[in-house]
Amino acid sequence: MATTNAIEVNNLVKRYKKTKTNAVDGISFDVKKGEFFSLLGPNGAGKTTTISILTTTLAKTSGTLKLAGFDVDKNASEVRRNIGVIFQKPSLDENLTAEENIRFHAILYGIYPFAPFYSLMPKDYKDKLNELGELLGIKDELGKPIKSFSGGMKRKLEIIRSLIHNPKVLFLDEPTSGLDPEARKTLWNYLKEVRAREKMTIFLTTHYLDEAEDADRICIISKGKIKELGTPTKIKSKLLDEYLIIGAKDNLKLETELRKHKLEYKEENGLYVLDINGHSAQDLIQMIKTKLTTLKVHSPSLEEAYIDLIESEHNEN
Amino acid sequence: MKIKHEINAIATIALRDFTKLLRDRMRLVTSFIFPVIFIGVLGGSLQSNLAADAGYNFLTFVFIGVLAQTLFQSTAAGIISLIEDRENDFSQEMFVSPISRYSIIVGKIIGEGLVASTQTVGIIIFGIVIGVPFGLTDFITLLPAAAGAILLGGAFGVIVMANLSNQRTANQIFPFLIFPQFFLAGVFNPIKNLPPVILQLSRISPMTYPVDLFRSIYYLGKPEYDKVVLFSPAFNVLVISIMFLIFISIGTYFFVKNERNR
Repeated sequence: MATTNAIEVNNLVKRYKKTKTNAVDGISFDVKKGEFFSLLGPNGAGKTTTISILTTTLAKTSGTLKLAGFDVDKNASEVRRNIGVIFQKPSLDENLTAEENIRFHAILYGIYPFAPFYSLMPKDYKDKLNELGELLGIKDELGKPIKSFSGGMKRKLEIIRSLIHNPKVLFLDEPTSGLDPEARKTLWNYLKEVRAREKMTIFLTTHYLDEAEDADRICIISKGKIKELGTPTKIKSKLLDEYLIIGAKDNLKLETELRKHKLEYKEENGLYVLDINGHSAQDLIQMIKTKLTTLKVHSPSLEEAYIDLIESEHNEN
Repeated sequence: MKIKHEINAIATIALRDFTKLLRDRMRLVTSFIFPVIFIGVLGGSLQSNLAADAGYNFLTFVFIGVLAQTLFQSTAAGIISLIEDRENDFSQEMFVSPISRYSIIVGKIIGEGLVASTQTVGIIIFGIVIGVPFGLTDFITLLPAAAGAILLGGAFGVIVMANLSNQRTANQIFPFLIFPQFFLAGVFNPIKNLPPVILQLSRISPMTYPVDLFRSIYYLGKPEYDKVVLFSPAFNVLVISIMFLIFISIGTYFFVKNERNR
């Protein structure tokens, strides 16, 4: 039976040996074919654990997982054939050239037979390599050891390498950690290009909210549990708590007026905080006739809302 | 098709280790330092002080021992580095690629064996320079013994690695498992006569057999043979084969079983 899901995760639990709590605590989600799915959460939320289980390098404790229709435990080899992985820690061999890193990958995936030298590789490989090198603008550097490459360049090389076996799902585990803002931006532009060209499913983990905002859907996890799952817009409207802060010389008069309009408010340091949700700020202002000395609209960014969510989570324990 | 793919993968993994060594000049140089100290300083001082009583040349004795020890230890250490590598560098790629876990181990043993062999080339040159009698015939007759030392070292590495969960434990435990073997195997010291307890330990120490195999071949037909050699070449080959089969099968079984269970 053909499935439209690239990834299916059902009630996944992972408890590491010699630990008392679950690193991943019963999460379930699906990722559709061609979707850009982002797993977002603070450090230690269970992102890398989840991605390691999905990419077959870590055994789960319980739950069921399917990738490209294959069971991750029973058909690990088929799963591996269908995925590309960009690891959190660089996975390039610093002593090898860029070309050797790519060649060794291609041979491990059975795309080409073994050859000890570049010159002995088939023409098809050389063409593909040159095409990718050109795309990256490092065609002339392919024969050089990657020690001399910048962090951003290395990341791009890893992406190129992971694409050489045409994976159905590309996993990116915090791909921009350790990169400066400019390198981050370049990398994202490149990834968008790749995605538009290859039309593959992308599974990203990140703790940067702005990176997740481009995703089709975001899944926020914290302490191994799913907190929110939906489109960025949906999550935004759910998370964002807008309110109005007002104050007047004659606070008594203002308070009477608020009560008269049956507006709910909280008093904080001589100011009144009114929930906007369900109204617009303008509606509220128009109801109030008392002369105001303070008027502020609080509209947090998604980043702030995300931090609030994670922090409130933190304080519960 | 499947087998061809695995063989290609094994060759790639082995070539990577070898290429890495050739590119890493620092490692090439430092890998000679210990053997040179062992042979030059330890062998030299023993030769000057004890040779007259012992009745054989200590420099040569230590030199042959260090050849076997280097092949054994270097291969074992290389295999154990897989623990660290599995969360670093290119090895992560090996573990997510669609190849058999057995191919990873075989490729790694061959690769680390090539690395160890390259290191012994420098030791042989040093030995010849300081006057150890070592000719082409010795080199050729010792090649099969070298294969034995590499395979047993590799298998020893696999069984140690399979039972260690992380690199920190590995770094702490490996010296304890390897350094006593230097002395138990008699790399520098004669072990012809030993107190009972140490004799037992010496006989269960895996490194004893490659070291003795090297000497049993090198000293074959020479007057010192009875003074330095413990067992016949055939007996050494037998013990090495048995230990190899036990280590590699148990080690690989546990490695494959535990690799994803953390």
